[in-house]
Amino acid sequence: MIGTFLNPVLAVLRKDLQSELRTRYAMSALIMFIVSTISIIVFAIGGGTSRSDVLAGMLWVVIFFSSMSGLSRTFVSEEERGTAMTLQLLVPPSVVLFGKLLFNVLLVIGMNILAVALYSFLMTGFTVTSPGLFSLTLILGSGGLAASSTIIAAIIAKANTKGPLFPVLALPILLPLLVVVINMTRLSMEGGDISESVGEFQFLIAYIIVIITASNLLFEYIWRD
Amino acid sequence: MIRLFLGIWLAIVTLLAFVLPMSANPSAWYHLPIIPGLEDKARILFFHVPTAWLSTVGFIASMVYGIRYLRKRDPEDDIKSASAAGVGFLFCILATVTGAIWAKFSWGTYWNWDPRQTSIFVLLLIYGAYFALRSAIDVEEKRATLSAAYAIIAAVVMPFFMFVMPRILASLHPQPVLNVQGKTEMNATMLVLLISSFAGFTGLASWMWNLEVRIQRIVMNSLSGLKGETRV
Repeated sequence: MIGTFLNPVLAVLRKDLQSELRTRYAMSALIMFIVSTISIIVFAIGGGTSRSDVLAGMLWVVIFFSSMSGLSRTFVSEEERGTAMTLQLLVPPSVVLFGKLLFNVLLVIGMNILAVALYSFLMTGFTVTSPGLFSLTLILGSGGLAASSTIIAAIIAKANTKGPLFPVLALPILLPLLVVVINMTRLSMEGGDISESVGEFQFLIAYIIVIITASNLLFEYIWRD
Repeated sequence: MIRLFLGIWLAIVTLLAFVLPMSANPSAWYHLPIIPGLEDKARILFFHVPTAWLSTVGFIASMVYGIRYLRKRDPEDDIKSASAAGVGFLFCILATVTGAIWAKFSWGTYWNWDPRQTSIFVLLLIYGAYFALRSAIDVEEKRATLSAAYAIIAAVVMPFFMFVMPRILASLHPQPVLNVQGKTEMNATMLVLLISSFAGFTGLASWMWNLEVRIQRIVMNSLSGLKGETRV
């Protein structure tokens, strides 16, 4: 029963991964974006700052705008290549949604690992004292980021102006998530414990579940022309 | 007729809001109470609170008609949804501006990222994004579907924001009219005036909404007339 739903989802994911590895469009855009934003931050405030609120905020600014540059590709490329129609004929909408969602989750997690590695390498003041809290924050933050970006990307893929619209639509949706993860990143730098942030974890998990449920309900209307 | 009535009603409410005297021990029926820390600045209550209320109502109405559109695919619902968002956006700007002016005199600065100010800022962002999305799509059905979907997603996320804000910052904003403790520092005169103001502004907003819906209906009919089809 689960296999009949999961197999086509994984097929969509595999198709997206293959075409991504062929063109490397989203990946190179993301990597270049991460490198350029981090270098601007290094030039602007220097690597030595040790203020945890500044460093935590800047890290998520890098992550937010990098994902804005690459995550809309999944749906926009289908429209640009004219393959959206074929996909509509082959599989039900929810399969497309979850396939694309998984692809974006993988992309965001990969991107965030790279961003954090580069960030801690260039910003000497950035030291995480509780790695457990930090990695949980990063994983749940990536999940929420991918979930909201996927449905927003599905919406803007059908609009005329795709590029500048994506961050405009995504920011109000992502703002509560960003506020919480920035707070938790700051806490993990200052040596907070996981048990102190149970409420925040519940918040992030609830956010992800609500966004995915709403996406699943709405995607059918967005996807069908 | 309704326009005349609304004009007179709101004129009376505005006049009373400014001229009714405030006293520490309200004895006469026309006395407003002095709220400690607010004094004469409390008079903004009669304008600020109804506009803030209508900016939320406009958004919720827009979402409800968006859901109706997705269910029935009636272009009329999309017109109602977009017009409600338009009126709501106007009142959202009014609430932000009146709030900022009040903050200047109460807190000493126009903007200090109080949770209330942040919430209304997010509401402004959502309205802005909604209209940016609408202007980016030419085909009517597509525009209606996508903007309805966006309004629903934004509405679904709003409760998270309400949850997250008070945990980060303590608010200096005066207690809402309907606060948790159920107590209020208002007397009957103030309450009646506030309710009249609510009624007047809500009437004004629905009149504006109705006007906008009728204008958009004419625009839609004339456009479909150009394409050689007619709509009843």
